[in-house]
Amino acid sequence: MTDESRTSSPTVGRRLRGAGPDEQTRTHLPRPHTAPLLDIDQVISDPGTRILLCCGSGGVGKTTTAAALALRAAEHGRKVVVLTIDPARRLAQSMGLVELDNTPRPVPGVTGPDGEGSLDAMMLDMKRTFDELVERHAEPGRVQQILDNPFYQSLSTSLAGTQEYMAMEKLGQLAQESQDGENWDLIVVDTPPSRSALDFLDAPNRLGSFLDGRFVKILSAPARGAGRGVGRIFGAGFSLVGGMMNKILGTQMIGEVSTFVTALDSIFGGFRNRAEQTYALLQEEGTAFLVIAAPEPDALREAAYFVDRLQAERMPLTGLVLNRVTRVNVEDLSAEQAVVAAERLDATDSDDPESSSRMSAAMLRLHADRVRSSQRQHHLAERFTSAHPQVPMGEIPALADDVHDLDGLRKVAGMLADHSR
Amino acid sequence: MSDTAPGSTPPPDAHGGATEADWSSVRLHIVSGKGGTGKTTMAAALAIALATGGRKVLLVEVEGRQGLAQVFNTPPLEYGEHRIAGAPGGGNVFALSVEPEAAMLEYLELFYNIKRGGAALRRVGAVDFATTIAPGLRDVLLTGKVGESVRRKEGRGFLWDAVVVDAPPTGRIARFLTANSEASDLARVGPIKNQATLVMGVLRSEQTAVHLVTLLEEMPVQETVDGMADLAANQLPMGGIIVNMTRPHLLSDTQMATVRTDGPDLDKLADDLRSVGLESTADNSAALDGLGVEASDHVTRVDMERDERKRLSGHDVPLLEIPQLPEGIDVAALYGIAELLREQGVA
Repeated sequence: MTDESRTSSPTVGRRLRGAGPDEQTRTHLPRPHTAPLLDIDQVISDPGTRILLCCGSGGVGKTTTAAALALRAAEHGRKVVVLTIDPARRLAQSMGLVELDNTPRPVPGVTGPDGEGSLDAMMLDMKRTFDELVERHAEPGRVQQILDNPFYQSLSTSLAGTQEYMAMEKLGQLAQESQDGENWDLIVVDTPPSRSALDFLDAPNRLGSFLDGRFVKILSAPARGAGRGVGRIFGAGFSLVGGMMNKILGTQMIGEVSTFVTALDSIFGGFRNRAEQTYALLQEEGTAFLVIAAPEPDALREAAYFVDRLQAERMPLTGLVLNRVTRVNVEDLSAEQAVVAAERLDATDSDDPESSSRMSAAMLRLHADRVRSSQRQHHLAERFTSAHPQVPMGEIPALADDVHDLDGLRKVAGMLADHSR
Repeated sequence: MSDTAPGSTPPPDAHGGATEADWSSVRLHIVSGKGGTGKTTMAAALAIALATGGRKVLLVEVEGRQGLAQVFNTPPLEYGEHRIAGAPGGGNVFALSVEPEAAMLEYLELFYNIKRGGAALRRVGAVDFATTIAPGLRDVLLTGKVGESVRRKEGRGFLWDAVVVDAPPTGRIARFLTANSEASDLARVGPIKNQATLVMGVLRSEQTAVHLVTLLEEMPVQETVDGMADLAANQLPMGGIIVNMTRPHLLSDTQMATVRTDGPDLDKLADDLRSVGLESTADNSAALDGLGVEASDHVTRVDMERDERKRLSGHDVPLLEIPQLPEGIDVAALYGIAELLREQGVA
């Protein structure tokens, strides 16, 4: 576990570390841990891997990473379906996704060696998934009543929680459809863009326990009896609540809420069971969680919460992917050296802004910025690893441009795979 | 931002482009942005900028993530307003981390005179329902608390000279801010309706400006454009676009063009490096190539940023720019960003 064992990572100027202001503290601390390397090709080509979840806080590149890994797995011969949540338009188009239609469609031009692999892709339509759930499970006479209810419309389109639940629901459906391996043998899932990666795990249970809970029983009591009727059954505390509900919401609103909740209750007789089943699916051996993070304090803090949580729930954590890592291409030139050299070049001829020395000075300054970014990112990654030394880590370098075609995706997945070599 | 001078270093006062920022009548600044764009940092810097010169500003977070405590490097915030930072010229920034549960109990007490119902509501799961499961209700409570802070009086004037909100991300912002409008439609009459109408009155007035933080990359820019359309469709007042982490324009137009067509001249670079004593780098062809790649990457990035910036201009909205800080963000950097925001007309 020395610095020298990290030679597989050319991203950081090793010689530069320790030259910074941290030098003095660093010598009194134990040497930083080096994370085990994440071997992504091993993960995606292992037929035992059936579900691959890409989790992480918003804006870290989950969608792109999920799509890239799905493509690479297909080109390794897997029959893959990728569930994306909110892909960038051009990326979606490049995968043949032109509209939200909630059905996996083949991505043209993707096959593995010997024509084995395939890639299907879909974008989650949260509202459609919820509507389908209602259509499938409600009594036929009630379907329209539910779909038209203002509370249903509000709940089924609001983003917090429902999106996570619907992503889980869709994952459950896809898992069922691929049970025989006929359609797909690997499901890659991109998770909703919440502030906290934990929402994906928590929202379904929250919704499930709400629908099973006592509050629903109060809400679903007929509006007029919301105070007294329920009180008689459950005791005085409930009478107080019923009274407050009437006072706060007014009887008309209570009526609409109760119609909605009653209808919903009839659909989700086994609502909690469904959520629990999908949750159990996530704990199975064939599931692999990848936590994606940008090398920034917020994203890594969220990643750490998520990793702790996965371990507490005994969910199969495969590793952490650091996305958009700044790479330094010249390891032997420190930021300080580069800046000093740039200043000396500027001093030699400061009159002609187009002179070659100006250009060279600018290149040195660009390099210095890169080195500083890289050092900071590396320090953050080290802190993560010190607290979570067992978590394998992979890196995807920052690209100069956005990814919006299959070649870009191939490159991204290829860089992650190369990192472990 | 005009596209006439790509690559050259724009003077700081030209950042705003055609539309000048003028928010002198605004008391409520709502800061949103896609995840990872630096929304919380910008909200914090904006609060410092607004407090500069002796004003009293309340900085509110509504997502319960203790992001403000992290940005200011303080212990987690307890519920209530606490001074978190000073500003140049004797100003003060207070922070408030709104907890939906506390906001709900306050709300009940304030509007329904229900003082001791909290425990009963919690026992049956009503508090849980309102604060975690029903996102609409949660948003009603959070924006209600914000509206109340904006209106709160002290003596003859307002208690807070300005209120800055670290709001939910761009994809959710219009829904968050219109939760009260939805509540007022659903409730139709009664105290919920009245409170909701009052809050929407503040949010839709010229006292309010919604700022969107973005990076010059495809997804955040797309979300910003969509977010502006959402805000307009909901009659919510757009403030400015804060473009964060832009790359410095270190190369001139001609130099950028050279890099694009021929790549950087590595022989000249080697000569220049030798002339300032970096012989070992100059003699190492891999190192020279590496510097060349870094320059080409930079030009690609600046070109992409210029294209994305074009998609943001032409909306008659001020663009404020904050450059990338290679060393990252600490408390001192917040003050630097606050100064940049002031230079660009924020306060």
